Amino acid sequence: MPSLKDIMETMDYGPAPESNSDVVAWLKGHAGGIGHFIDGAFVGAEGASTEVVNPATDEVIAKIALAGQAEVDAAVKAARKAFAKWSALSGHERAKYLYAIARQVQKRERFLAVLETMDNGKTIRETRDIDVPLVARHFYHHAGWAELVETEFDGFAPVGVCGQVIPWNFPLLMLAWKIAPALAAGNTVVLKPADLTPLTAQAFAEICVEVGLPNGVVNIVQGGADTGALLTGHPDVDKVAFTGSTEVGRSIRKQIAGSGKKLSLELGGKSPFIVFEDADIDAAVEGVVDAIWFNQGEVCCAGSRILVQEGIAQSFFAKLDARLAKLRIGDPLDKTMDMGAVVSHKQLGRINGLIAEGIAQGATLHRAETQVPSRGSFCAPGFFTGTEAAHTVSQVEIFGPIATTATFRTPSEAITLANDTRYGLAASIWSQTIDRAIEVAAKVKAGVVWINATNLFDAGAAFGGYRESGFGREGAREGLFEYLKPVHKAGKERVAAATDMSVAPFTGKSDTPDIDVTSKLYIGGKQTRADAGQSYTVIGKNGATGQAALGSRKDIRNAVEAAAKATGWSNVTGHNRAQVLYFFAENLAQRRDEFIEALKAAGSKEAKAEVDTAIRRAFWYAAQADKFDGAVHSTKSRHITMAIHEPWGVLGIVCPDEAPLLALVSLMLPAIAMGNRAVVIASQSQPLVATKLYQVLETSDVPAGVVNIITGESLGLAKTLAEHDEVAALWYCGTAEGAKTVEVASCGNLKAVWSDQGRLRDWFDPKAGQGSEYLRRATQVKTIWLPYGE
Amino acid sequence: MAHEFPRVVGTAFTPEWFETKRVNLSAAERRAEQITTRRSVKKDYQAAWLLKAITCIDLTTLAGDDTEGRVKRLCAKARNPVRPDLLEALGIDGIQTGAVCVYPTMVPHAVKALEGSGIPVASVATGFPAGLTPLPLRLAEITYAVEHGAKEIDIVITREHVLTGNWKALYDEIAQMREACGDAHLKAILATGDLQTLSNVYKASMVAMQAGSDFIKTSTGKESVNATLPVSLTMIRALRDFKDLTGQMVGFKPAGGLSQAKHALAWQILMKEELGNRWLENDLFRIGASSLLGDIERQLEHHVTGRYSASNRHALA
Repeated sequence: MPSLKDIMETMDYGPAPESNSDVVAWLKGHAGGIGHFIDGAFVGAEGASTEVVNPATDEVIAKIALAGQAEVDAAVKAARKAFAKWSALSGHERAKYLYAIARQVQKRERFLAVLETMDNGKTIRETRDIDVPLVARHFYHHAGWAELVETEFDGFAPVGVCGQVIPWNFPLLMLAWKIAPALAAGNTVVLKPADLTPLTAQAFAEICVEVGLPNGVVNIVQGGADTGALLTGHPDVDKVAFTGSTEVGRSIRKQIAGSGKKLSLELGGKSPFIVFEDADIDAAVEGVVDAIWFNQGEVCCAGSRILVQEGIAQSFFAKLDARLAKLRIGDPLDKTMDMGAVVSHKQLGRINGLIAEGIAQGATLHRAETQVPSRGSFCAPGFFTGTEAAHTVSQVEIFGPIATTATFRTPSEAITLANDTRYGLAASIWSQTIDRAIEVAAKVKAGVVWINATNLFDAGAAFGGYRESGFGREGAREGLFEYLKPVHKAGKERVAAATDMSVAPFTGKSDTPDIDVTSKLYIGGKQTRADAGQSYTVIGKNGATGQAALGSRKDIRNAVEAAAKATGWSNVTGHNRAQVLYFFAENLAQRRDEFIEALKAAGSKEAKAEVDTAIRRAFWYAAQADKFDGAVHSTKSRHITMAIHEPWGVLGIVCPDEAPLLALVSLMLPAIAMGNRAVVIASQSQPLVATKLYQVLETSDVPAGVVNIITGESLGLAKTLAEHDEVAALWYCGTAEGAKTVEVASCGNLKAVWSDQGRLRDWFDPKAGQGSEYLRRATQVKTIWLPYGE
Repeated sequence: MAHEFPRVVGTAFTPEWFETKRVNLSAAERRAEQITTRRSVKKDYQAAWLLKAITCIDLTTLAGDDTEGRVKRLCAKARNPVRPDLLEALGIDGIQTGAVCVYPTMVPHAVKALEGSGIPVASVATGFPAGLTPLPLRLAEITYAVEHGAKEIDIVITREHVLTGNWKALYDEIAQMREACGDAHLKAILATGDLQTLSNVYKASMVAMQAGSDFIKTSTGKESVNATLPVSLTMIRALRDFKDLTGQMVGFKPAGGLSQAKHALAWQILMKEELGNRWLENDLFRIGASSLLGDIERQLEHHVTGRYSASNRHALA
């Protein structure tokens, strides 16, 4: 031990350990093994079969059971049983429980922080100052939503039993993000923590007992990937929520395709961290510390791709080197540490493998010259220079404390580089010029954007990704929708259209007009023949009403290409779009009789009502075009936190066979009102109404490529559309089997799929056939954080 | 403890080093907030750091009712800032504050009272605290203090020059003051509470250093907002930039509002993290304070005895 005199010379920090004796005693009490929390009871500990390791010491600190089919069944059954009562409670009653949990988390804050640090390896500073306070905040915020859900979400009901699977990087926080909104909305849950970090979930279960939460409302099953799959695939789970890797998210999407389960995915990222020459450079350097050198870089939204304007790049990297030298890595329970241990040796190996690959591909590694402890899975932080977009490390998520860097010349190049990724979770923008910062925020493809900041979180701000970073939001009003469903009567099972798709000449009874009508495809504002040069015969009430183009894969490709090019539509004002929609209504009204006749010929019994409702609907969405416009959320002081509704981009729409005009219009209008460009697959059996409609679109100033209409064999076309990586979202109204097909096919780019699961919709009912749910599904929420003050 | 390094000479007026500088307040606040949550010093380390802090204190009295007697008492405390029995228990031989800081007319009393101690007398000057007396009078005040034995002069800047962006006038004024100081070291008080924005703080810091300030200092203690961590962070980042650009090492003195031992630790951590250990020595780091010492003494007694201490057990400053 150095003398005080020595210390006055060296001015070292010395050890500042957080005591863990209370947690050690708790672990000792659980030495027999940790089991599951099912129906209010702790069960199954005796089946303990995997060890839990403190990654900072390599010591085994607990054993957990691995839930199998029986345990998952029991947990889901308990949740189902509890659902009836829990969902029937008044919001106020549920709020009391959530409030009690929030309070209890605060009362146990140090205990939970220490336990989390020992389980995960992250520093006590982070668990104490970030994780646990955010957990309490999340439960408080959602105690509020429980109180308000009946009045604020009129027309919505809880989904049911939620199966939730969470990762190991923020174990208790991710638990809170999952459980709080689910419970607030009236759902019950079965949650599976990561097997690497199961301990705070056990402590949380004990808090549930402590506050007297009714049995079965929260159930926790311990286990690994197999247990997770049992849970997400369980037939009695109504909603699956997953946070983790894109790879696992994809497999879940596939696993539950066609099941009708509601799904939200919060997946990986490779988020840009963009530094302009007019940034506060020291602030941006500190931003990197909070971005990629936060939580050992095990952060899905970490700013892991640093993009720096060329003129300041060298000095910025020099400053990063200097800052790196000051970072302290070691015992995460020591209050002077910036970084603790990564979660496991396996993860460390993966990080090291990617570092080696980066070096092999020619990049230069800058690394903290710090002595990491010999025991435990520690990883010295650093960053690469000389990483090109084509390098592996620039593309894949390292999930460790190593950033890549690149330089750019202009703001537009910065945006191009920022968006050059499959992911779209977050972005961090550093510039003191507000015009520039907000423009980049608007153009970057990311669900969360921080301006002159990074990794800011609040229960009142939605979090979630674009693109392959997943879909659905957590936190705020937007997040509640993931745990609610609109209440309207479920329709009967939709049956597949019995259309004869024969392309041979038709010799049967005909009901065609005097002069032959040519129905083509409508692509990029042009009437186009089917690529394959084929047509099929459309049969109406009194025989053949004509021929429709038989679209194929290539027609879908061309339509998506046209839609992808029509970006102007997404950037015009809501007012502009409203005008076009009103004009569309006007022109449809002028041709009212013609459409009534066409619908009658197609066999519609309510042809008049169908046309009139379609016209009215056009007015309704024209009205909404400049009104469904996001929110400013109350988060931190002196921060504007904006939730912006952005269009998906290219939206695929597969129309049902029924109501050939009204269904198409009901789907197309909200999509384009919100700025999407639509590729519409028309009713298979009655496509001629749709092809008549493109004449109305043409006369209504709808720009080329904004609406593209394809006719033909619906499911085959739908599958191609679902597989297309340029299509960002897909609405499917077909059969149950078709829903499954497109959901499986959507896995490629993890596009959000909205399907009615093969149930008929009452298109005439304004509650089922129109409404804010359509608008919500036509947009994705981008949350922009803008701290202010000088 | 103190190491030798060349005295600051400043540079020609170079506006391109600061003109376009913009400091982001929220980011500075976040960093400042983390200074004390990312680092901590405990037990022996804390005691040693606090002892070190004492050596950096400019023990200050700047009141209208200052008298020779008041100054004598302060100087006696500067010589013996910690009770000898506590020092003995801590294994420390002797310790003194960094300086004593007084008004110009109190300089002769302080010089006399500190004779033989090696503790320098610092004098505020230039129409402290507002600095709005005519420049010749302000310069004469410096000369007066220096002639009476002040080794350090804490000048105040003309805030108007900052608020109107008249950087050249600010530079010229401080350069003249520096000249008037001669061998005495110049500490430029920026009165950051009056400057309002961190961008102004950065720019004023840079101009003061270009004009040859040996130290830049946050506050007079008379503004409504005194030394804060975000302001200090901005000033020491300017100081770091100045060193990178010129190789010259400028000192930093937070003043006003640092009244508790934990404040001293926070600022020490800030210095260590942003600048390095060299800036923890009292030739580059001073804390302008009056009541801070009393709190540090209580913490030190607690460290020795394990009992919480009371202020009446320690000699008045």
